[in-house]
Amino acid sequence: MPGESLTRPSTLLIACGALAREVKHLLDVNGWSHMTLTCLPADLHNTPQQIPGAMRRKIRASRDRYDRIVALYGDCGTGGLLDDVLRDEGVERIPGPHCYQFYMGTDDFTRLAEAEPGTFFLTDYLVRHFDRLIIKGLGLDRFPQLRDDYFGHYVQLVYLAQTEDPELDKAAQAAAERLGLIYARRLTGYGELETFMAEAGHGDNAVQPVPAMRLSR
Amino acid sequence: MSEEDDLDLSSLNDEELVQQMHDDLYDGLKEEIEEGVNILLERGWQPYDVLTKALVEGMRIVGIDFRDGILFVPEVLMAANAMKGGMAILRPLLAETGAPKMGKMVIGTVKGDIHDIGKNLVSMMMEGAGFEVVDIGINNAVEDYLAALEEHQPDILGMSALLTTTMPYMKVVIEALKEKGIRSDYVVLVGGAPLNEAFGEAVGADAYCRDAAVAVETAKSFMSRRQGSALAGLQAAGD
Repeated sequence: MPGESLTRPSTLLIACGALAREVKHLLDVNGWSHMTLTCLPADLHNTPQQIPGAMRRKIRASRDRYDRIVALYGDCGTGGLLDDVLRDEGVERIPGPHCYQFYMGTDDFTRLAEAEPGTFFLTDYLVRHFDRLIIKGLGLDRFPQLRDDYFGHYVQLVYLAQTEDPELDKAAQAAAERLGLIYARRLTGYGELETFMAEAGHGDNAVQPVPAMRLSR
Repeated sequence: MSEEDDLDLSSLNDEELVQQMHDDLYDGLKEEIEEGVNILLERGWQPYDVLTKALVEGMRIVGIDFRDGILFVPEVLMAANAMKGGMAILRPLLAETGAPKMGKMVIGTVKGDIHDIGKNLVSMMMEGAGFEVVDIGINNAVEDYLAALEEHQPDILGMSALLTTTMPYMKVVIEALKEKGIRSDYVVLVGGAPLNEAFGEAVGADAYCRDAAVAVETAKSFMSRRQGSALAGLQAAGD
C-alpha cells in the first residue's frame, strides 16, 4: 500500500480525557502498539480557554520522542484557538467541533443538529460522569431550580452510545428524565474516531490538515 | 435558623439596606431582593435610584467576582434571577417616571443555537444601564434580525452564540446588513463563550464583548461617540 512502510512511524495521540477509555480500547483491539496515548484532563472543558495552552505544552514536551503527533480533540469551545496552536505546532487534529460529531459522523450529526437544535448529547463517558460533570458541574445539585435556565430550550437528550451496555442506557434514560427531556439512543460505535486513528497510524497523507475554524474577512 | 435568616430588612437604614441588598443579590436571594426594592420604594426612593444603586451596583460586584473566578455560572444565574425579581417590580415604574434612556438594542441568539443564558444576562444588564432592550430570543435567522431592526430601529444589534458550529452565522447576518446597505446604521456587538476578539473582527462586528459588564461599557462608549458625532454634525450644519 502506498505510503505504508514496514516500520510504522511512532505516533503520539494527544486526546481529551473524555476519550481515553475509547482510544485505549481501539489501540488494544487493533494492535496499534506503535501509537501511544496521552491525555489532557477532561475537566478542561469547564475552562476551554486553558485547552490551547495545555495542548501546546504537551506537544512541546513530547515532540522529540515521536515521529508524529496527532490531536484527538474537538474544538471544544476554544473558538478556533486550539486549531491556531495546532497549526503553529504542525499537529493534525481529527476534524469536527466536538466528539459528538466524530462519533456520529459529520453528515448525520449535521442533519440532526439542524433538524432539532435543542438536542443535548451524551456519550458513554458523559453518561458515566453525568452527576459530576453535568449535575455538579452546572450547580444543579445546589440549585435544582436552575434546571430550566440551562435546559429550558432543549427538547431531547440523545445518547450516542459507543458500546452496547444496558446499564449505561438505563443511566442515560434517567439523565433525560432528570433534565425533563425526551430520550433517544443511537448506537454510533467509535465512528470517525476509529477511521481517523487508523489513518493516523499509517502515517500516510489520508489525514488532512485541520480546516480553519475562524473566518477571515 | 441563623440570625441572618431572621434579619428584618425594614429595620435597616437606607445605607445598610442597600448594602444588605448587594449581599442578597450576591447570594441569589430573590424574595429578599423583592422585599428590599419595595421597602426603598415605600421610603420614597426613585425607581431609577433603586435600580442603579441597589440592583445594578450589586450585579456589578457579582460580575467582577465572576470574571475573577470567585463566582461561577450557577451563582451568577441565581443572582440574575434575584435581580430579575427586582426588575419586574421596577420596570413599569421606570416607564412611568421617565428614567434616562441610553439607547436601544435588539439582541438575539443566532440560528441553530438555543442557548440564552449569556444573552439574557446582557439584556438585563443593558436594561439596568438604561438601554431599551428588544430581546428576540433564540435560533434567529437573518430574516428575524432584519425584521426586528426594521421594526424597532435600534442603535445597537447584539448577537450571541454558544456553539463553535453556530457562531459563524454572525457573519451571515452582518453580510446581509452590508448587502442591504444598512450596516453602518447599527453598532454590532457580538458575544458568547467560544468567541474572541479576533473572531469579532473577522466577522465584521464593531466589538466582541466577553461578558455582560463589558457589553454595557462598550455600548455606552459607542453611544457617546455616536452622540458626539451627531452633535458635531449639527454644529457643522449651523456654521
